[in-house]
Amino acid sequence: MAGADLRVEVAGLAMRNPVMLAAGILGVTGLSLRRVAEAGAGAVVTKSIGPSPRTGYSNPTLVGVECGFLNALGLPNPGAEEFAREVEVAKEGDVPVIASIFGPSEREFAHVASVMEGAGADGLELNVSCPHAEVADLGQSPDLTAGVVKAVKKSVGIPVLVKLSPNVTDIVAVARRAEEAGADGLTCVNTLRAMAIDTETGRPILANRVGGLSGPAVKPVAVRCVYEVSRAVGIPVIGCGGVVDGRDAVEFLLAGASAVQVGSAVAWRGLTVFREVAEGIRAYLERKNHRSVSEIVGLSHRY
Amino acid sequence: MSAYPTATERPRMVRVSGTRTETPTVKTLTFRDEACSRASPGQFVMVWIPGVDEVPMSLSKMDADGLSAVTVKRLGEATAALQSLGRGGILGIRGPYGRGFTVATGDALVVGGGCGMAPLAPLVERLAGAGVRVTVVVGAETWSELLFLRRVRRALSAVDGRVVAVTEDGSYGVRGLATGPVREALGERRFDVVYTCGPERMMQKLLQLSERHGVLLQASLERYMRCGVGICGSCCIGGYRVCRDGPVFTGEQLREVTGEFGVFRRDADGRRTALAK
Repeated sequence: MAGADLRVEVAGLAMRNPVMLAAGILGVTGLSLRRVAEAGAGAVVTKSIGPSPRTGYSNPTLVGVECGFLNALGLPNPGAEEFAREVEVAKEGDVPVIASIFGPSEREFAHVASVMEGAGADGLELNVSCPHAEVADLGQSPDLTAGVVKAVKKSVGIPVLVKLSPNVTDIVAVARRAEEAGADGLTCVNTLRAMAIDTETGRPILANRVGGLSGPAVKPVAVRCVYEVSRAVGIPVIGCGGVVDGRDAVEFLLAGASAVQVGSAVAWRGLTVFREVAEGIRAYLERKNHRSVSEIVGLSHRY
Repeated sequence: MSAYPTATERPRMVRVSGTRTETPTVKTLTFRDEACSRASPGQFVMVWIPGVDEVPMSLSKMDADGLSAVTVKRLGEATAALQSLGRGGILGIRGPYGRGFTVATGDALVVGGGCGMAPLAPLVERLAGAGVRVTVVVGAETWSELLFLRRVRRALSAVDGRVVAVTEDGSYGVRGLATGPVREALGERRFDVVYTCGPERMMQKLLQLSERHGVLLQASLERYMRCGVGICGSCCIGGYRVCRDGPVFTGEQLREVTGEFGVFRRDADGRRTALAK
């Protein structure tokens, strides 16, 4: 076969390429997820969905900072039952649809998980790491994380990913407990807790004052997390944080990620970013004489 | 432009340099901002009222001398707070964002309903300046709410143009809905383009009329917005993001989303709400 093969299988999810849409980006409606699939993403992750409708915080919910964005949307979502029909629409996009879910308790996490599985979601990503909503910050604790993973695994048969927080002292400890509890994969990482203040008025700009930092500003932190976590666990790791081009993606793969997620870059590269990143990975593989993505996953671990 | 132009998405703090009461419920706030003064009619800004909210607003003025304006109808807490600002009041501005109107050549029909005249007034001025033959239909519930009627008359005074005022209660001009005179105008003459902004049901009707008469349409839409830069997904209609792919859409694009256009919008939580008939 000519050229490098971009297909990957991550935690039981078969993807045509390793470039996924990150949670929280354009994932409110089935049709927008489908558009991302048409734009070339290997898989899409939905907005985080909880057990009941949530309005989220007032604006400003997003502000640009040096090399990234701060956001505090407050997990707005229509609730699992209402969102089920959007998953059905998203499924027509012909790439795996992974439902990002959250809940205030193990029981509600498990409930949302089974509603999403029933709607046809191919996998789940547990949001235990939202840095600005207490309801989804269980990931601070390895024990709470393990409890949620166990409860969800008991209620569904589809692959379960856990999105980890960088806002912890020891991310490896959380990762290990998630793996022991049965997680099929780990996404590293959610946004970094951060804030911005307007100097004219002295006011924090985000209505919630504190939010999560994303974009190129967090990439070195995310790469380090992927490197440490992927060396410590046996399940696949998905890199997330500041991927803008193929080289960024390759950096995550070398660090030990089996796939990457793209979010903020959509703001300044548009939806073509998915195809550009995928083709960037392909060009790298070919230049380095590799035939597949898996050949370079974790290559940097040897140094 | 740098590779990562996101620091530009931080609000630029500006002071209100002037205010003007346009109608009993509508007020214009003028401010000085370099980037906004280079915007196209139809583009919008995210306006931060510190301590209150941040809302999307179409620019109603973008002058080469650096002055820009937003024209605000009192609808809720944020718009009331905006209206309460006087000269010297402080605002944060992000943008301009989105795709504005494309200035076409030939004969243009401009249809504004209520506050929908805000982005259309600077468009009419551009069209008149470009030598386009313009017919404007300005609609409102009652005479006192006819927005920018005098402004568009002034813009068209020196060129080949016509302005029709329509009020639902018949207190001024033609009685009824804007679609009435629009239907007539389309029957009388061949237009090259219809520009519109206003209640979505009105624009939905204009989509049908423009299709029937084989005229191109450009319509400015409104949806609940958060990020303004095409990533949060709050303002989606079909697969389109109003903040990035719009707010001005072509009739062709709107025909792809007829299941949503004029039918429902999404609330802050993403649930569907039927649009008023």
